[in-house]
Amino acid sequence: MSTQIVPSANIDNTAANALKPDFNIGKVSRFRRFIKAYGASPTKFKIGLGIIIFFVLVSIIGPFVRPYNPNANLNNPIPNAAPSSNHLLGTDYQGEDVLSELLVGTGPTILLGLIVGTISTLVSIIIGLLAGYYGGPADQLISLFTNIILIIPALPLLIVILGLLQGQGGILLMALVLSALSWAWGAKAIRAQTLSLRNQDFVSAARETGESNFRIMVVEILPRMVSLVASSFIFTVLYAITASVGLMYLGLGLGGAASTSLGGILFNANNNDATLGGEIWEYMPPALIVAVFGMGLVLMNYGLDEIGNPRLKDANRLGKIGKKAMRPSDPTPVLTLSATNGKRSFWSDIRSKDPLTLVKFPSDSKG
Amino acid sequence: MQKLFTNIFTTKKSKNLLLEMSSSDQVDPNASVLSIENFSIAYRSESGDVKATDHVSLDLKRSEILGLAGESGSGKSTLAYGACRLLRSPAIITGGKVTYRGRRAPKDGVEITALNAKQLKQLRWREISIVFQSAMNSLNPVITVGDQLDDAIRAHLPMGSAARKEKAGLLLDLAGIPRQRLSSYPHELSGGMRQRVMIAMALAVDPEIVIMDEPTTALDVVVQREILTQIIEIKNQLNFSIIFITHDLSLLLELADRIAIMYAGKLLEVGSAKDLHYKTAHPYTEGLLGSFPSLTGPKKALAGIPGSPPDLRTLSTGCPFFQRCRHSSSACKSITNDLINVSKEVEVLHLTACPFHPDPGSDKRWKAPDLVDSTVNFQAHAAGEQDASQKGFVL
Amino acid sequence: MKYILQRLGFYIAAAFVALVINFAIPHLMPGNPVEAALVKLTQGGGTVTPQTICAIAKQTSTYIPHCGVQKVSIMSQFWHYVVNLAHGNLGYSTSKNLTVDAVIVQVMPWTLLLVGFSTLIAFVLGTVIGIIAAWRRGSMLDSSLPVLSFFQGIPYFILALLLQYFFTVKWQFLPIGQGESSNVVQGWNWPFIASALEHSILPAVTLVLASMAGWSVGMRNVMITTVSEEYVLAAQAKGLSNWRIVTTYAARNAILPNIAGLANALGLVVSGVIIMEVVFSYPGAGNMMFNAVSQDDYSLVSGLFLCISAAVLLANFIADGIYVILDPRIRKRAAY
Repeated sequence: MSTQIVPSANIDNTAANALKPDFNIGKVSRFRRFIKAYGASPTKFKIGLGIIIFFVLVSIIGPFVRPYNPNANLNNPIPNAAPSSNHLLGTDYQGEDVLSELLVGTGPTILLGLIVGTISTLVSIIIGLLAGYYGGPADQLISLFTNIILIIPALPLLIVILGLLQGQGGILLMALVLSALSWAWGAKAIRAQTLSLRNQDFVSAARETGESNFRIMVVEILPRMVSLVASSFIFTVLYAITASVGLMYLGLGLGGAASTSLGGILFNANNNDATLGGEIWEYMPPALIVAVFGMGLVLMNYGLDEIGNPRLKDANRLGKIGKKAMRPSDPTPVLTLSATNGKRSFWSDIRSKDPLTLVKFPSDSKG
Repeated sequence: MQKLFTNIFTTKKSKNLLLEMSSSDQVDPNASVLSIENFSIAYRSESGDVKATDHVSLDLKRSEILGLAGESGSGKSTLAYGACRLLRSPAIITGGKVTYRGRRAPKDGVEITALNAKQLKQLRWREISIVFQSAMNSLNPVITVGDQLDDAIRAHLPMGSAARKEKAGLLLDLAGIPRQRLSSYPHELSGGMRQRVMIAMALAVDPEIVIMDEPTTALDVVVQREILTQIIEIKNQLNFSIIFITHDLSLLLELADRIAIMYAGKLLEVGSAKDLHYKTAHPYTEGLLGSFPSLTGPKKALAGIPGSPPDLRTLSTGCPFFQRCRHSSSACKSITNDLINVSKEVEVLHLTACPFHPDPGSDKRWKAPDLVDSTVNFQAHAAGEQDASQKGFVL
Repeated sequence: MKYILQRLGFYIAAAFVALVINFAIPHLMPGNPVEAALVKLTQGGGTVTPQTICAIAKQTSTYIPHCGVQKVSIMSQFWHYVVNLAHGNLGYSTSKNLTVDAVIVQVMPWTLLLVGFSTLIAFVLGTVIGIIAAWRRGSMLDSSLPVLSFFQGIPYFILALLLQYFFTVKWQFLPIGQGESSNVVQGWNWPFIASALEHSILPAVTLVLASMAGWSVGMRNVMITTVSEEYVLAAQAKGLSNWRIVTTYAARNAILPNIAGLANALGLVVSGVIIMEVVFSYPGAGNMMFNAVSQDDYSLVSGLFLCISAAVLLANFIADGIYVILDPRIRKRAAY
């Protein structure tokens, strides 16, 4: 829950263009283009996506390679056993294998995040596009509603709702409730972006050529907001996973099968005093999975920020003279002449702390 | 009016680490206040270094208006900001020096390219100030105009807050803005008024040189005219020098004493406005002059210049204008771009980078050595183009 | 001024929506609140007397024969509910055997102080780190900023679990859980304050670490854009000191989106704190809400929800006020 949504300073068209899907290319080359686009994406994005793909693969393969059945009673259960060669991550209070629980429980947690992300992003695209494109009193009303949803603290409300439901429902219900409460940020951002795109020339041009409003929205405007939509999706997935794991940790919305999700495993560990008893293997692994998965999502978002605002990107190499990080207020460095060897230095050779005190070299000839 | 000016600028001089008052009466009116010598600036980039200005030498004389003209990307702004060392990373000055010789400078001048950050802070605005292109963007949107004027004064002059406020008021009077605007925020002013504020700001601490970077481009023609008239009026009273950067050569012909034409980071022609207009010595200048209508002269077809400026990363030796030049020949690829004086008068310089210039005042036939008539000219041009495409020029 | 009034109108609308939600939810649930409460009560081994039934019926304004509660329309039930609220009457907490407002007065200060101070520290620290990182592009600090993504992505309560393990279980630097030690008396005495401070170190550190990350990265990114604005270059050309350029020209503008973002962030912080309090058994609103939920004390849950919402709205209103002071242009813009 530690993500702040700070309105991105400028989500400009370059961002959208960088990720804009090209509809006119064949299947093979589309795949190739994807690979190419991935190769050109910022390192942070690559690392983030790598983490996400890793956990998604684990959660798909997990149920097939788990060493034990986490829900079946073992022949000779040893509760709270420390990690050993039999149980690589130990056992929980019922003597069930923690590793198996994790392999089975990661999937539903991620799936929940993806479901909520998808539903709520779709809702926010529809609401944001319509409100931003058509404007008028309906837009005012929708914006008011969006802002109210945004400002009412969602988690206490979820606790109220799930508490009243008293253990009914399960992951699907939680996904629906989370979606209902998480579309507002995306809708607000997409509306604002649509509003500014609506008045640009390409929309007027499309309108002049007689394109339908629906087509303008979907084909002209939406592809220019790909990075915004992607970032909104990522935030929602992060939010959904964080909130659902947290609520399940409190024992809410588990729907009876506590050990089939990361939140449930944490709930069991907490309920049986593993946290204070020092049985870290019971809660540390699921906690770390959630943390690292969240980190992957945040890194992807950093990458999207860099695509959206290229100024954020090229600092590391070009912002420096030698090893010195330049301040914006530093005077333009002057490359002077080397008295010793008379050879011209390359920028990368400059190691001096203060570029102004560089050694001198004789005047270079023209041409 | 004269009294107003003296009021503003008779302030106690601050203890300056760098600059001390020298006896200002003995200055030679023809002396330069700023000399730029062999000045080169490069921008580092992933795909190679871009030579934004390349061995540029230029002098600014006391109380003159020097026009700096060129297309966008020609390096004219880079040159001016680079001379103040205001360019940020990835820009780097790769050669040459800039010397300041104002009234408050020591006798042999101050080498700006050798100053450290602290010394530069004292030089900036006090000696060289800037009027930026867009007043909207160059005024801080969240503090008042008065505070921003005050910032400039306080950084350079030892004055009490009441005196500073009075001075800020006088500056607004000078720029023709009501005094109560001191407490306005930039967004509350009209475009013309904001630009006047910027001019008042530039004059806040009596600088020797004012760099004006397209100060009127964003304004409508009437306001533009008003402001230019006012600039000249103020300049005549206060005797500072102006570097006027613009892409509008016709404006400079009226306004400037001397004009320097820049192209692809190089100076192509420097001379008095008159010489440039009537004794044009470079084909590029000719092209620029041909791209706007003359108000008084005979009717003629507007020519324009075909093509677009070259990519500075792939620039090879020879004349940078070669690709687009009507008169070009293969000989143009081996010229040095050294400036040649073509002036016939003594102590007046009219410099051009084109060695094949016609005699100024003659029948304007460019004497490219291996060209005889227009047919050959055409063929040579075509051959040049082909050659260029092989070299990877971007047109 | 007009802007402030518009915002005020918005917050009143938001508060009204929160009221309606709070009122509507129990009515939308299957079965009536009395039945639901009774089911839980019997499951928990409690005995049901007619008095208990009527007590719950009165609280929830549910019609049950012979309890003295009239069968009334939903609108008048809502009116009744609003009037009760206006009198500070939030109902009776069955789990605490106290009125709900008494419980709230007990727990809210803990949460408000914790969230208030931690958010302030995190905002200031994060902003300063963001400014320095943006001012020194490619420096050690700037290059190590992506490390913060770990703290930005981690849920508060999981960070709390990690810190708790290291600081209380493994190294035993800090006291475990609760708001104060058992041997002190609550009140304005030094042992209590010292103990409360000691116990709040870990929750506060968790909050600061986790929320600071977002502020730093946000501030850095906006600052980088702001620094390349022409007015910053103009300030530089004016020969102003670096301090003046950074504070009055660059950061002064760059901080605006961050303050506008405070509104969205606060909701997330509060949500995170609620679960984090449970990890530390911190005696605040979140932990109390958890206890009330697990004991089916619906009056207390909904009272706490209203109170937390009100606090978030108020904090947002304050942030709006600060924004208006910092950005003179906002007065011209439309609200919400």
